[in-house]
Amino acid sequence: MIEIIDLHKSFGKNHVLQGVNLKVDRGESMVVMGGSGSGKTILIKHIIRLLRPDSGKVIVDGRDMAELNEKELYKMRKRFGMLFQSAALFDSLSVWENVGFALLRERQMKESDVKKIAIEELKVVGLTGVEDLMPSELSGGMKKRVGLARAIIHNPEILLYDEPTTGLDPILANTIGDLILELKKRLSVTSVTITHDIQAAYKIADRIAMLFKGRIIETGRPDEIKNTTNPVVRQFISGGLAASGEDLEEVV
Amino acid sequence: MRSIESLGRYIIRFLEEFGRIASLLYSTIKQIFTHPFDIKGILKQMVEVGINSLPVVLITAAFTGMALALQTYTGFARFGAEAMVGFVVAISMTRELGPVLTAIMIAGRVGAAMAAELSTMRVTEQIDALESLATNPVKYLVVPRFLASLIMVPALTVIAAIVGILGGYFIVVVVFGVSPAVYWHWTWVYTEWKDIYFGLIKAFFFGGCVSLLSCYKGFYSAGGAEGVGKATTSAVVFSIIAILISNYFLSALMFA
Ligand SMILES: Nc1ncnc2c1ncn2[C@@H]1O[C@H](COP(=O)(O)OP(=O)(O)O)[C@@H](O)[C@H]1O
Ligand SMILES: [Mg+2]
Repeated sequence: MIEIIDLHKSFGKNHVLQGVNLKVDRGESMVVMGGSGSGKTILIKHIIRLLRPDSGKVIVDGRDMAELNEKELYKMRKRFGMLFQSAALFDSLSVWENVGFALLRERQMKESDVKKIAIEELKVVGLTGVEDLMPSELSGGMKKRVGLARAIIHNPEILLYDEPTTGLDPILANTIGDLILELKKRLSVTSVTITHDIQAAYKIADRIAMLFKGRIIETGRPDEIKNTTNPVVRQFISGGLAASGEDLEEVV
Repeated sequence: MRSIESLGRYIIRFLEEFGRIASLLYSTIKQIFTHPFDIKGILKQMVEVGINSLPVVLITAAFTGMALALQTYTGFARFGAEAMVGFVVAISMTRELGPVLTAIMIAGRVGAAMAAELSTMRVTEQIDALESLATNPVKYLVVPRFLASLIMVPALTVIAAIVGILGGYFIVVVVFGVSPAVYWHWTWVYTEWKDIYFGLIKAFFFGGCVSLLSCYKGFYSAGGAEGVGKATTSAVVFSIIAILISNYFLSALMFA
């Protein structure tokens, strides 16, 4: 479904991605782990062409993303849903307008109908009575969940989650993890999740990939990763909590 | 050698930036004509650019007209020509001060807001989020601001010119006691239609410049909260410089 081939990306002298190779099968839940600043967000943004590679390819469902024209690109993007690290809610729109954004832009439904669907979708992520609030009135965890509702309202085939549990308390992180699992079952989506939350990774992953120094250094099922002999991965797993603590501040 | 090198780099950077502004202009114009037409977004921006800027523009125009009348009256009195003040105020407000002052006020008030808003959206990934929701951010964000400015800056300029002329009237007639008929006579007798519509052409151009440059600065900002501040300041500075420089050339082109 998604194939990343020898992807390179630099910002000035900062060579962030140095030849990433990754394959995600249809219906699979892939989790990419890596330390703070290792280029996880950069990687996931390449999948939906928010960034373009310096070299290498991103292939989605057999199509080279770089070769799509604007119309094809937007058509392709409708097959995706993305949850951003900072939730990235539109702060000039109310919560329900955020959630219903994709439907409002299509202009094929009445606003009142979109609002109803948005309220339903908010229930799915465990939120009620917030539809008329503005994003600035929400807590960090609520924003993430609204961002999640916005990403799934148009029933996408592929979901990209950038740090869905970072910055949340353990209970909420667990709830979001459950939610992602349930969406996977319900919508049978393909997903790529970026995280450095090891517990979340074990929970939602079919396979886990480890991004380190601009490359994927190991891929495997959660049990394989747990028992890996790779010293970097072992250290990351045992020191993972410290790493996620670091990123807490980034989000809130 | 060093300085030639750095001058060269400076010129390249300038040309690069110019190229990116031109390409934003190109995609903005292209998106104006791409279905659908976002009338709601445009109206919202028209209120923001036009209606909400009215107080500052009114105050600026009134006091400028008054100061202009005061200075011209006392100056012209030295050679007995104080009756002609109406003409000086009318021609200055329509050709120069109306469009330029309005545009500068818009740059400070609206341009800054546009740059701040768009750069905040950039650093908080909201522009990426638009893209991910299959929405062209130029169409959604830049087009309404650009069109609203093209319409509202000329509209505000008309109001500024009228208010400036009334400010002049207040000084000449009410303060210095010249008869109203004399003021109006000199306001109209040598003023031509082309003074008015050339002034409006300038305003139209300035409206485009301010909104395009401010959106550009916001759209391509980077570097967190600091980047937002930088984008805002440089949007205002660049807009005002662009207004003043292009004003000279437009004046030379149209009136000379
Ligand atoms: N737009 C950008 N311009 C320059 N450098 C960037 C940009 N975005 C990210 N970087 C750099 O790329 C590196 C990886 O960033 P990112 O993918 O956000 O890390 P993370 O793994 O924490 O998500 C960081 O060093 C960051 O400073
Ligand atoms: Mg990140």
